[in-house]
Amino acid sequence: MRWLPALAVAGALTFAIRLSFIALLSHLEPSPLVWRALRFVPAAVLSAIIFPELLVKDGAVSLSPGNFRLVAGTLAAAIAWRTRNVPLTIAAGMASLWTLQFFAG
Amino acid sequence: MRTLPVSPTRLEEFLCGCRDELPILLGVVPFGMIYGLFALHAGLSAFTAQAMSSVVFAGSAQLIATQLIRDSAPAAVVVLTIFIVNLRHAFYSASVAPYLRALDRRWKWLLAYLLTDEAYAVGASRYLRDSGKAEVSPFRHWYFLGAGLTLWTSWQASTAAGIFLGARAPQAWSLDFTLALTFIALVFPVLRDRSSAAAAVAAGVVAVAACGLPYKLGLLLAAVAGIASGLAVEEVRA
Repeated sequence: MRWLPALAVAGALTFAIRLSFIALLSHLEPSPLVWRALRFVPAAVLSAIIFPELLVKDGAVSLSPGNFRLVAGTLAAAIAWRTRNVPLTIAAGMASLWTLQFFAG
Repeated sequence: MRTLPVSPTRLEEFLCGCRDELPILLGVVPFGMIYGLFALHAGLSAFTAQAMSSVVFAGSAQLIATQLIRDSAPAAVVVLTIFIVNLRHAFYSASVAPYLRALDRRWKWLLAYLLTDEAYAVGASRYLRDSGKAEVSPFRHWYFLGAGLTLWTSWQASTAAGIFLGARAPQAWSLDFTLALTFIALVFPVLRDRSSAAAAVAAGVVAVAACGLPYKLGLLLAAVAGIASGLAVEEVRA
């Protein structure tokens, strides 16, 4: 419950972004630099989430094969790159993580 | 994409929008379930997790916010991150604005609320198909509404299903890993050229280097570094 006020603010901001040009009738164009910068937001944000989730284990960078999330995530990345198939990527990643945990366990 | 009659009614437009949204749900429903499950495991109450799906109503932003909440980030960082992640919707707003110009305020607000990636994809492709036609249907906003409401309903339902499963799945199943996997699946299609690949690599490296920063500021710093790198590479290659 204590997160609701912050989420309400975030929701209002999101709505304002979506309404922006629809309400302003798109007469004011933002600078081309802003448009170019916005194009990189998805790539930057997604990978800023992925890298630490795979590489950081218990607060430290871990590149060893003992870091199962890194191994499973790398395999999933290869599948995502080749197939562009979202459900297959998730299934393969989870299956490899469980397999590694099972044999380590 | 089914063909509409020559002069479709409001209802025909609406139903056609619903139908055209259906194939996209294949990707949306698992994503919503992963969000619901992850939100519960991150410590949000079932009520807050469900509320976020209608108040914020943006998949990637909700998952990222949930991760920050799990790592006890301050509220200001959560709000700012959601804002940055959703800035791309300004593109969509600008892109559909010319077609919605004649509508009254209620319609504009309603369609803006429903303007997610997936509703935009279907709605904008409709306007694109119509371009060059001498006569267009006066009820195209009903098509948009159909697509948007179909998505909204499935997002709420799949969130609820994820919360239901999350309450029963033990933490030992490591289901939170589906967050990283979902984003891995989503990132490759946006790496269209060298500059976007540079943005991704720079953001990833900075995020790892900055993971010890206070207030979970690493993500914001990484996003800024990634955008700057993308722009720089684009500049050099232009």
